[in-house]
Amino acid sequence: MRLLKILAALLLLPAAVLAQDVQSVLQTHAEEAASPSRRSVGVLLADISASGAPETATFLERYRDREVWQRLSDGRFYYAEDTGDRTYTLIDIDTGAATEGVSADDLEQIRPNGGVQREIAGALVAFQLSDPDISRRRTAVEAIARSPSEDHLAPLRASVDTEPDPALKARKEQLADLLAATYGDTPEERIAAIEDLTGSLSVEVRAALNRILATEAGVATDLPEANIARVLEPGRDLTEAAAYGILVSEGLAQANPTDAEIYTALTQNIDGGTVAGVPVALLGDPAERLRAYDALAEAGAVPRRIPPEAIAGAVTSHVFFESYLEPDEAITDAARRVLSGIQTRVGLGQVADRTLDGLSLMSIYFLAAIGLAITFGVMGVINMAHGEFIMMGAYTGYVVQLFVPDYTLSLAIALPLAFVVTFGAGVALERSVIRFLYHRPLETLLATFGISIALQQLAKNIFGTQARPLTSPDWLAGAWAVNDVIQISYIRIAIFVLALIFLALLLFLLNRTRLGLEVRAVTQNPGMAASMGIDPDRINMLTFGLGSGIAGIAGVAIGLYAQVTSEMGSSYIVQSFMTVVVGGVGNVWGTLAGASLIGGLQKGIEWFNPSNTLAAQTYMVIFIILFIQFRPKGIVALKGRAAGD
Amino acid sequence: MTDTPHSLGRKYPGGGRHGRAIGPSDNGDGEAAPPPAGRRADHGETGKPKYWVLGLLFLFCFAVTIMSEAAGTGTISTSFVKTLGKTLCLCLAAIAMDVVWGYTGILSLGHMAFFGLGGYMIGQWLMYARTEAIVLENLASQPIPATPQEIQNAIGSQIFGVVGSSDLPPIWGFAHSLTLQLALVVLVPGLLALVFGWLAFRSRVTGVYLSILTQAMTLALSLYLFQNDSGLRGNNGLSGLQNIPGHEQTSQAVISLAFFWASALAFAAGYLLFSWIVSGKMGSVIRGIRDNESRVRFLGYPVEGFKLFVFTLTAVVCGLAGALYYPQAGIINPAEIAPIASIYLAVWVAIGGRGRLYGAAIGAAFVSLLSSWFTGGGAPPLDLGFYRILWTDWWLVLLGLSFVLVTLFAPKGIGGLFDFLVRKPEADREGDYGPDAGSRRAEEGPEDEEART
Amino acid sequence: MTALTESEPRSHERGERARRPGATLLEVSGVSVTFDGFRAINNLSISIGEPELRAIIGPNGAGKTTFMDIVTGKTRPDEGRVLWGEKSLNLLKMSESEIARAGIGRKFQKPTVFEAQTVRANLAMALKAPRSPFDVLFFRPGPDVAARISELAAEIGLAGELDRLSGELSHGQKQWLEIGMLLAQDPRLLLVDEPAAGMTPAEREHTTDLLKRAAEKHAVVVVEHDMEFVRRLECRVTVLHEGSVLAEGSLDHVTRDQRVIDVYLGR
Repeated sequence: MRLLKILAALLLLPAAVLAQDVQSVLQTHAEEAASPSRRSVGVLLADISASGAPETATFLERYRDREVWQRLSDGRFYYAEDTGDRTYTLIDIDTGAATEGVSADDLEQIRPNGGVQREIAGALVAFQLSDPDISRRRTAVEAIARSPSEDHLAPLRASVDTEPDPALKARKEQLADLLAATYGDTPEERIAAIEDLTGSLSVEVRAALNRILATEAGVATDLPEANIARVLEPGRDLTEAAAYGILVSEGLAQANPTDAEIYTALTQNIDGGTVAGVPVALLGDPAERLRAYDALAEAGAVPRRIPPEAIAGAVTSHVFFESYLEPDEAITDAARRVLSGIQTRVGLGQVADRTLDGLSLMSIYFLAAIGLAITFGVMGVINMAHGEFIMMGAYTGYVVQLFVPDYTLSLAIALPLAFVVTFGAGVALERSVIRFLYHRPLETLLATFGISIALQQLAKNIFGTQARPLTSPDWLAGAWAVNDVIQISYIRIAIFVLALIFLALLLFLLNRTRLGLEVRAVTQNPGMAASMGIDPDRINMLTFGLGSGIAGIAGVAIGLYAQVTSEMGSSYIVQSFMTVVVGGVGNVWGTLAGASLIGGLQKGIEWFNPSNTLAAQTYMVIFIILFIQFRPKGIVALKGRAAGD
Repeated sequence: MTDTPHSLGRKYPGGGRHGRAIGPSDNGDGEAAPPPAGRRADHGETGKPKYWVLGLLFLFCFAVTIMSEAAGTGTISTSFVKTLGKTLCLCLAAIAMDVVWGYTGILSLGHMAFFGLGGYMIGQWLMYARTEAIVLENLASQPIPATPQEIQNAIGSQIFGVVGSSDLPPIWGFAHSLTLQLALVVLVPGLLALVFGWLAFRSRVTGVYLSILTQAMTLALSLYLFQNDSGLRGNNGLSGLQNIPGHEQTSQAVISLAFFWASALAFAAGYLLFSWIVSGKMGSVIRGIRDNESRVRFLGYPVEGFKLFVFTLTAVVCGLAGALYYPQAGIINPAEIAPIASIYLAVWVAIGGRGRLYGAAIGAAFVSLLSSWFTGGGAPPLDLGFYRILWTDWWLVLLGLSFVLVTLFAPKGIGGLFDFLVRKPEADREGDYGPDAGSRRAEEGPEDEEART
Repeated sequence: MTALTESEPRSHERGERARRPGATLLEVSGVSVTFDGFRAINNLSISIGEPELRAIIGPNGAGKTTFMDIVTGKTRPDEGRVLWGEKSLNLLKMSESEIARAGIGRKFQKPTVFEAQTVRANLAMALKAPRSPFDVLFFRPGPDVAARISELAAEIGLAGELDRLSGELSHGQKQWLEIGMLLAQDPRLLLVDEPAAGMTPAEREHTTDLLKRAAEKHAVVVVEHDMEFVRRLECRVTVLHEGSVLAEGSLDHVTRDQRVIDVYLGR
């Protein structure tokens, strides 16, 4: 309440009128200042706060920290520094002027007690909250948010109206509501504050509401008059053993010896090869153990076991419940209502967040698979080394970064260079191996697998087994936060955009250009295409190079968000093939559909079991196997003869 | 074994039916010969088992025994006996792979998963029984005997301590019994193959699609096993399998020799079984399926049933091979089931030569032994002056490239050399490439349109 | 109508269609099939009796081969019924191999024999015997099997080639082997697609004899372009055009039909 008075003083008295220094205020209340008491220090603090002196904040801090001394000779107040030999250097509070060599005998340290210190801190906060420097105000607000306490509420509220910065003002209002929800004076005030929190998604708000809704477990013979959160039904909400455990811990029942206790009791009572007449050799049987223990209990050596009926009886004769620490039902109701509303919104937000996550995973799968969709889907060549082309692209990015330290520039160089490198590798592979194996798909699979292990080992020999970083430029480093729940890193957005660009580019290339036409012609009927003047060799080479080149670009993109290792390709190859097969072979849209299904599914499954991405992948693969049962031709199945081969 | 002398006698030159090809009328073994024109039909794919293979095998086994530490001069170290025993198990898996791929045309990239499952099943018993013995010994020193529950808990925490658990998962319910786990060695890979095969063949997934699907299955299985809560100790796998419960006093030298012989016998039995299957009408039908699946269907054969039969049987054999392999290896973990392992199996068969059983076995033995020689640092480094080639680093590059070369220039693999040795003319029809023709769909246009509705 | 028995569930329906003496073996009614918007078969209805020899002629694209594909289960029609035998089995619900086991054998237009296997193995595979994997696995050829194969080989003129790889045979020999495989299956209905292609006149005559003999006991459907060959078969002829029946009757009858002349013979 004294705080309110200070605040009243702060607000009601125009600062200009009171423009005086701290020392003079202190002198006005010299007695109070020298030995402050919790009850009466308020006036002094109010006057100091209202003084408008620039040193006010410093003074309050040092005053609280017992660093203010009074010179007995003139009654003035100073900060003092110990210079040894029982002499001190005094520093003037307002001017900072030092006076050296003052004897300790002439000085008395002012020691505000704990209560007074809290009063001073309150005044300090209030002062900081109205500080002209916005960064100080912000710091003060965040300090309150970090460790909210009852004392902060009033100064915070008082500072809201005069806050010029709208963002900070909103923050202050929310924080005031948060504090009021917990520390408000009247239930009405608290309920109003709680209801003001509706719709906020921040963790802070949820934590505050949860604090209001904190419960403790209780047990009694009859349900007491309290703000009961829920009644626990033994057998449904908690096991009988747990219920009995509560009774024991409340001192309402006697503990039943555990197996370990029985074991210890038995070992302690071995008497010449028997325990209470039961031979030790028989004690491997649980029933014999109990018999021996009961015999011991009968003899009074150990506490008796509680028979199950007694446990059941004890449990049924009590009622187990959880009660809110907050006694006022109206407040907990309001908090519960608001919290459930918030949780619904958080849930929706999480759905959106997951969707975005799934979308970015989908674009990664799409990027990884789209090159394959061309070589496997359009040409029918199964290239097990596709993953290694991805790796090659990523390493290209890494090498470029070694030479070009500017990350933005190096990325701009790496993307086209990765395309060129893997395009070349693809063409070389097509010319040297694959063209001899057209129409022998299984042998292509094995030969390209040979290439794959060779390339992987080669990368290991060159770059080592360590993961190499591919650093993204700073402007890609952060995350775009829609609200407290939904956020997505810029790099994933970039990958998504890249995927979209590739989708558009490929659709254009395959459907709208001469090359696309020729590719489709060669794919469907090489003989006929050749007789119409299309060189199938050239087309095959270009198509394969294109597919490989895209893998290279995908490699750079994937390398930016994952690490570059020699094995990174192999972790994408199976997924990529499944993306193409599930989506429907020979169709860019199919690959998109496949990537959506696989990416979305994986995120969806992860949602149910977030700790276990391995399980998610397992179930996803099983799903795909089953999916192919029902749609052997994939989601986007081409009709007609072109589809088959 | 009784026919060893006989088959040894036929081993040279060229052995059995190959011998006939040396000269037009050189039927030295006096077997009633089909007309000379028939010899072209027999380039290793068909016909009776090559008994010279078994003869060589047993000769080899005796030689190893004589040179082993346990029963002979000790020229061959125990660890090398184990390597040889393991190689025989891989050969068994390879001939199974050859039957399913080389003869039936199904390029399965999942047979090493069945192999690993067999290993896991036997590993459960080995690990459980051994842990049980240790636990009983520990508990014996306690003042009062342990209850069955306590023993169970102690075993559980002993085995599952590494993954932060102490309960035996339900899948260990049979682990106490060797008989039951042996049954699981057959049943688990068999049932998995049966269910998977039924789903895949029923929906007429063929060619590379089937390969990718089997690879996906393998991936799913290994990912599942990598989890700590899979109940099989996650990526720690099962270890200490080289200790055979009840034979704690027996030296590893003796155990390794015993397993070596067991592997050899298993290989021989598998070889005879598969030889029987691929000869005769069954072989005729499955090779028909490989070369022209739909034609076989129009002859009235339930192609899916045949594929399922072959797929499941070979999976079971792989499971058994794995059950023999892993006690010799001592440890099994999910990495053994990773897709790459199954691809290696295909590599061995391709290098050895598809469509002939001995070719697959030779390929597996040759590549896996060579691989362990190179990666084990046995091969001397090659100094090029400007660069020293360390084979531990470069072996995979060499293997990968040689694999490309074999596919391109020697589709018949090492086995093809045998044809060359006996001067068989190269058959030039498409059927000779076998497996791929089965996945060719040029003849099956309308079938492609038959989208299931 | 006289051929109907009480056990036939669809007797009243089929009675109207069974216009010929002898039981109807195969009844195709109202079948249509579309490939990518192209109607290959359009409301086609044909019934074949047992025994009967039937020739199907028609210009290219008339749907002759598609008709065979539908009957053998290779192609599923969009609508219509295909019923088989005394029990009126619905062939559309059966797989290719089940249809083949039910007694429908087919010789393909382009000979498709197992080139990597011997003539003997090809014939042995086709020979009528239980077809399940375990039956095949435990199958042991008795002397009767060898005898039957020799007999068939003699019939198709390949007695001397039994142990050659069938991939080494000439085109005509492959045709014969394919016919031999068809006979070996001992089917109730033989679907023969252009048997005479690539044959010498003497071979054609032999083929004609063979088919006619087979038709004494079985139902035989021959698809053929060669009018001379069809004439020699001396059988009922069905003319297909654009996926449906244009005319049916003796060869003389259909060749006089103006529509047939327009679409086929007149060109």
